[in-house]
Parts: sequence; structure tokens; C-alpha cells
Amino acid sequence: MIDRKYIGYTSPPFTTEVERGRLRFFAQAIGETDPVYTDEAAARAAGHPSLPVPPTFFFCLEMDRPDPYGWFDDLGIDLPKVLHGEQRFVYHRLAHAGDRLRFDSTVVDLYERKGGLLDFVVQDNVITNQRDERVAEFRRTLVIRHG
Amino acid sequence: MAEGLRHARVEIGDALPPLVCPPVTRLMLALYCGASGDHNPLHVDIDFAHDAGLDDVIAQGMLVMAWMGRALTAQVPQAAIREFGTRFHAMTRVGDALVCHATIVEKMSGDGEPRVRVAIEARDQRGELKATGDALIALPA
Repeated sequence: MIDRKYIGYTSPPFTTEVERGRLRFFAQAIGETDPVYTDEAAARAAGHPSLPVPPTFFFCLEMDRPDPYGWFDDLGIDLPKVLHGEQRFVYHRLAHAGDRLRFDSTVVDLYERKGGLLDFVVQDNVITNQRDERVAEFRRTLVIRHG
Repeated sequence: MAEGLRHARVEIGDALPPLVCPPVTRLMLALYCGASGDHNPLHVDIDFAHDAGLDDVIAQGMLVMAWMGRALTAQVPQAAIREFGTRFHAMTRVGDALVCHATIVEKMSGDGEPRVRVAIEARDQRGELKATGDALIALPA
């Protein structure tokens, strides 16, 4: 059981710039064929200022922080035992290549199931752009397998 | 992109065109590892997977969710997606070929705009359910 004192644990705020090449690489990795996600001209023709950040890539940007699993060490989470249980995004506006996004991450719940065989960790992330506009939030629920 | 799903014209139970994904390869998992920035070795390093008690590497859940997202953005502009959530049910392994199915399950209005809720499922070639999800999407009236 992870100590419930870590409910409220915050990771250091992290800000990163959305890079165009990285978006293209991500599009390739997920088999995206819509040129809006890879071709600047197609994105502009569709009304975007630049390539849009696709729906799940916000999760990836958060992992660009210098030590993405550092909080596991603090909470005593063993990486090989971790599975992704649930993931949810709430979107307020799109983000695009060139935007600078800030991530504020907080552990909001810790609980166990199956008599302690499984630990659940719920972490909320708030994403804000360089104009201090709320872009999105996401909630990640991790499952830690014991035994 | 489809020529416009419209709120007045869609019905509960309508299916969106499924997204058929190629079988998972190790290269695919390696590319996703690099592109996503999620360097968890469980998805690319078989020694690490063995130490974790698994027979082999498993696909990143977020790769599956990215595919589920593609099933949506192929049909509606991304800016119309208000919420998107996924629950992972089973591990996706090398060789698994997933198909993402999205179905309209609710019509409503919210924050003054017509919206639909879409249920999404990702199943493999044996029909095993890998992930379920839902999305809240704004549609033109």
C-alpha cells in the first residue's frame, strides 16, 4: 500500500515547447495519415496556425520532463510492476507546434484493491499554454501489481 | 474527413467507420517509445519484460488509445472533441491486430452546443477486448 500521505503530491511544474518534427514523428508512430498532422500547408488550409497536437500527445509531452519517473521513486512505486489502467482527457482548446505548454501534476488519489494485490494511483495534470489559457486536463490511473 | 456528421442526422446506435490497425510489431513499439517520450522498457526490452514476470514485451496502452483517437479524428475535426477517456482491459501483444469501433450512444446538448457521446472499443483478431473508451463530441446541428 502506498502511503496515503502522498495524496496531494505535486511534481515540479514543467514547461515544454511543442516541436513540429516531434509531432511528425508521433504521427508516423501511430500510423496517422491525415496530412493535417504532418503537413504545415494542410494544417493551415484546415484553419490551424501550425500542426495541431493530437488528442493523446499531451500525455507524451508531460513525459518529456527531465525525470518522468522521478515521482515513482518518491512514492515507492516499482516501474516493472506498473500498468496503465485508465486515461482521460478533457479538452478546452487545441495546441499547436510552437506553443509552450506548462504541466502541473498532482496525485489526487491512492487506493488498493483485491486485498492489497493491486495499488491504484490517480494523477491529475493541468495543461496551460504560453497565454495562460487552459488547454486541457488529463487524469492518469496507474495500477501497480503486487505478487 | 467525413463530410460532416450532423447532430440532427445521427442516431443512437450509428457506427462510425472502424479503424483497422496493422498487427503490432516490435519496430512499431520502438518507434512509439521514441516518438512518445515514454521510455518505459516494458514495451521494448524483452529482458525487462521477463524480469517483470511477462513472457514478452507488451504494447503501450497509449498507442492503443492513440489508435482509438484516430478512429475519432478521421470522422470529426479534433477541435470538436470535448472529452476522451479510455480504460485498458487486457495487454496488447506483438502480433495482435486491433480494430477500433466507435458507436454513437447518446445525443444531448451541453454548454449550449449539440453533442454526442461515442463509445469506442478496441478488439484484437480473436475478438478479445483490449480497451474501451468514450468521447464527448460537439456536432453541428
